[in-house]
Amino acid sequence: MKIGVLALQGDFAEHIAMLKRLKVETAEVRLPEHLDGLDGLIIPGGESTTIGKLAVAYNLMEPLKLFGQRHAIWGTCAGAIFISKDVGRDQPLLSLMDIKVRRNAFGRQVDSFETDLDIPELKQATGTDAPYHAVFIRAPIIESVSGDAKVLASISDGRIVAAQQGHLLATSFHPELTNDTRFHEYFLSLAD
Amino acid sequence: MEVKTGTWTEKKGLAQMLKGGVIMDVVTPEHAKIAEDAGACAVMALERVPADIRAQGGVARMSDPELILKIMDSVSIPVMAKCRIGHFVEAQILEALGVDYIDESEVLTPADEAHHILKHNFKVPFVCGCRNLGEALRRIGEGAAMIRTKGEAGTGDVVEAVRHARSVIGEIRRLTTMADEELMSYAKEIGAPYELVKETKELGRLPVVNFAAGGVATPADAALMMQLGVDGVFVGSGIFKSGDPAKRAAAIVKAVTHYRDASILAEVSRNLGEPMVGRTVATMPEAERLAGRGW
Repeated sequence: MKIGVLALQGDFAEHIAMLKRLKVETAEVRLPEHLDGLDGLIIPGGESTTIGKLAVAYNLMEPLKLFGQRHAIWGTCAGAIFISKDVGRDQPLLSLMDIKVRRNAFGRQVDSFETDLDIPELKQATGTDAPYHAVFIRAPIIESVSGDAKVLASISDGRIVAAQQGHLLATSFHPELTNDTRFHEYFLSLAD
Repeated sequence: MEVKTGTWTEKKGLAQMLKGGVIMDVVTPEHAKIAEDAGACAVMALERVPADIRAQGGVARMSDPELILKIMDSVSIPVMAKCRIGHFVEAQILEALGVDYIDESEVLTPADEAHHILKHNFKVPFVCGCRNLGEALRRIGEGAAMIRTKGEAGTGDVVEAVRHARSVIGEIRRLTTMADEELMSYAKEIGAPYELVKETKELGRLPVVNFAAGGVATPADAALMMQLGVDGVFVGSGIFKSGDPAKRAAAIVKAVTHYRDASILAEVSRNLGEPMVGRTVATMPEAERLAGRGW
């Protein structure tokens, strides 16, 4: 299996390091031709406006949309914004997932936080019972899911922080900043 | 569920989100919009860019909070702001304003000639400049969650940024070949905390994100720094002291993403208009150099 990581801007190297720990072949994606031969794609954390502008400038929007119709894509934080349908402001979006996202929903950096999440699908898929420790950085929330999209995880006040739609995944937190590989393993099961 | 804020993972993590990006100096909300539209991953809000601080002289201090707040209101990307070296009350004020990152910067006039701010005392993360590995690890020891080369700000001359990046990265390369029993005397020699020397050896890189700064003026300068091994680039005077800031800003963003692709670098470097005039560091009197500030 070969998984690409969109390497326009952001913490793509951290995702690649996680995938390497799981013995997966990886590729950095900066241009449309870099998508050839991939079984799945991760869109990393970063600034969604920067990633969107570079994707438009290098003609990646249509190839990424087509890729997502056939292959697994997982967006973390900025990636979750980029893969969504609606972010309430004008910026380039792939509109692949039926989710409405709000940027910087928890405030500024001093409000960024870590907390444990209970994610039944993750426990089931990886056969472990430990809670999932999630790192949120200037994080977005998923305001609503519609169509085929379903909620995967919420924080204690009920706000949605992870969603899945078939082989598409969005998380407002950063599994690549932890030592816990379970979310990456879960994504690989969708890409397989 | 327990919720923790201001952790080391959070502080370091925001810098990781900025990797592969360009952080631009802006002095007005209009500049900040231009920077965001060009694809900046963050902006540095300040009253004067370093080139003007040089030209006008006088004591350079933290910017007016009113200006910083207006810039924070004008963009959706992270906003950084500078405080003087050692001026922990300026840092407290910037934290209270809610800036996303504080740059304890040699570009401003130092407030303390012996000590830096104890940055672990803050919830907001800090970035600090360095010229070599020892200086970088001392700053991280005090709590800096991001490092940048000092270069020589406000000159448009990349030579000092190159010197500092080569120094840090070269010293790490040598460190990785040292025997473990050599690390304590090496820590003593470079004036760095032993535990951080050890961690740097194990990682083969700095334990936090490392950007280039101080003299980057063209897409080629930015790509040069990336190929030397930094994680991203600060551009200060280089954008808004040039003939066509919007175009140059967008070109530098593209150059940092495609830093190894010479044909893209050639394309984005075309027709950018006048670069900032610049000043050669080699002929600059020692007293005018900013990089020596920091202890």
